Amino acid sequence: MTALDIDQTLATAKIIVCTGSGGVGKTTTAAALALRAAENGRRVVVLTIDPARRLAQSMGLTELDNTPRPVKGVRGDGTLDAMMLDMKSTFDELVTNHAEPGKADAILANPFYQALSSSFAGTQEYMAMEKLSQLRGTQDYDLIVVDTPPTRSALDFLDAPQNLTAFLDGRMVKILLAPAKAGGRAYLRVVTASLSVFTNVLTRIIGADVLKDLSQFVAALETMFGGFRERAQSTYDLLKEPGTSFVVVATPERDALREAAYFVERLAAEKMPLAGLVVNRVHRSAVVGLSPERSVAAAQGLEASGEHPLAAAVLRLHGDREALAAREANLQERFERAHPGVPVVQVAAQPGDVHDLDGLRAVGAELANLGASARPGQDAGGQPRPVRTKGV
Amino acid sequence: MADFPGVRLHVVSGKGGTGKTTVAAALAIALATDGKRVLLTEVEGRQGIAQMFDTPPLPYEERSVAVAPGHGEVVALAVDPEQALLDYLHMFYKLSPTGIPARSLRRMGAIDFATTVAPGMRDVLLTGKIKEATVRNKAGTPTYDAVVMDAPPTGRIARFLNISHEVSGLAKVDPIKGQADSVMALFRSPLTAVHLVTLLEEMPVQETLDAVAELRAIDLPVGGIVVNGVRTPRLSPADLVSAQNRALDGGELRAGLAGAGIAVNDAMVSSLAAEAYDHAERVALEERGRDALAATDLPSYELPLLPDAVDLGGLYRLAESLREQGMA
Repeated sequence: MTALDIDQTLATAKIIVCTGSGGVGKTTTAAALALRAAENGRRVVVLTIDPARRLAQSMGLTELDNTPRPVKGVRGDGTLDAMMLDMKSTFDELVTNHAEPGKADAILANPFYQALSSSFAGTQEYMAMEKLSQLRGTQDYDLIVVDTPPTRSALDFLDAPQNLTAFLDGRMVKILLAPAKAGGRAYLRVVTASLSVFTNVLTRIIGADVLKDLSQFVAALETMFGGFRERAQSTYDLLKEPGTSFVVVATPERDALREAAYFVERLAAEKMPLAGLVVNRVHRSAVVGLSPERSVAAAQGLEASGEHPLAAAVLRLHGDREALAAREANLQERFERAHPGVPVVQVAAQPGDVHDLDGLRAVGAELANLGASARPGQDAGGQPRPVRTKGV
Repeated sequence: MADFPGVRLHVVSGKGGTGKTTVAAALAIALATDGKRVLLTEVEGRQGIAQMFDTPPLPYEERSVAVAPGHGEVVALAVDPEQALLDYLHMFYKLSPTGIPARSLRRMGAIDFATTVAPGMRDVLLTGKIKEATVRNKAGTPTYDAVVMDAPPTGRIARFLNISHEVSGLAKVDPIKGQADSVMALFRSPLTAVHLVTLLEEMPVQETLDAVAELRAIDLPVGGIVVNGVRTPRLSPADLVSAQNRALDGGELRAGLAGAGIAVNDAMVSSLAAEAYDHAERVALEERGRDALAATDLPSYELPLLPDAVDLGGLYRLAESLREQGMA
């Protein structure tokens, strides 16, 4: 296994993107990385999408207002700002800034825009990227840490800009634009047989009124398409720059690791820089000299005799924990065999959730806790060995 | 007697990572037990059902994936928005999927547009297909005794189910509007129950409570809460308290270990006590989660954390547990 040198990444990266499937602890990881970088002396902002209430509060985030606010209690000379993404207002700002004068209000009021800005598949991802490129533009920060939206697939984040661009360049949009562009009569000339079938069917299905709304909406948006497309492309390019690093987060579970594997492969295909994989909520045991088999056998013996119920219960617990640790190590090993060379770091499972700076600091320290010795199941030389401890 | 006798559509949602696909599959098996026929559907294109039942990816076709105890059958369907749209055009406009008008729509990108871009439209199509399967019958005999939907996660569930709102601003004419309204009528009726899957952890519990409030605010019937991944408390209540206070009786623990023939030392005793502390903290956290969920007054069902990743055998165990607890 290659150990993930997170402090190296934190010291040099300009953008860190935390990604992974839902529920693996992306937001906490992003916050912990940002805090660590700030306490190492950098000017950092963390862009979170949907933080847990108490975690948000601990960083002083009380409202969703799209404004980076300083986090209090950061040690050292660095600074940490945090903000929550407000998708709708980010989209509204985009329209206001890029639409032709006088057209913005019409777009903002159109029912299609209103639905699009709140529920278009990928809007959240695109807006996160948009915000990222805005923050980058300000030059206020040495490092921007981005948490990605909770999606069914981590890949959605990478696909969002292309999906939007594909939509804008699609034939459908061109057809809807045609009447507005060419004016009534000229439009008729370009109406081919198949196109007239098409518009007839469309009118029949959605009705002439809706077709008109839609056409007006697309025409109004069209005035800002140029800007949109360019920005989508430049944000995407930003992710390929040397200063960008992706941190893929997973839990040691089958589905989460499978999702992480897809993402790692995709990053490689896109030539996007991967810092490494964080395996979150790993169960370990500090007990030396007591194998799970031995624990369970001993517990059974005590239970049969009815003596020392406390020891029997504790032995059962230890057996459970070792079994879980072994299963997790097995899943992680499978990932590593398929993706050799991907640096990995583990973060131990905590009994409770992290919701203060001390908790984030502790996670940050674990993320930076390098070396194979931090990891059960590996010798310093990187050779896998069985995770279980020697029996007594 | 099961807790949801009149319900024909079981919608299963939950925060990402809580195991909602597993619970949806287990519930389908539980409902199919004793000669019933149940349709298990997914709508997010993840092929989660195929992975769960270890079958090749599901086509857009109702396909038998499992049997249930007592000659029951679970049929699966991965609803694909594009196919659902073609179905819809066929049903309401008599457009054959292979005819010129449908091909023209496809060539012009209208199918893509409607299924990936037009907001709300996609959800109307997906939910419309679920509704069709739920009410489908032959001479009054329903095709399926129940339909289970592996639905989008809690963060999106209220919006997903509340399609009439999404569509009202966009489609002003029938049959799209009529279709959305009839789907909504089914969702709001006693024939539907929205179940929420959670873990006894802070964030999933909070999201569950938020989802209950959101669903109730739009008059959608919340069914039960399924608590997944429940661990068995190993320690007695008194020992849990001492473990949490880091005041476990080290002498007794040591004596017990020695009594079991283990070569015990100080480090072993203290690291085992630390594991007991973690466990006690976890149990306390779970208790707090349970209390918070109890405030919703919804029926709740607990599923054990399985020692290994959920395989087919595990699914049947979970299904049995749901039946024993009266969910099905």
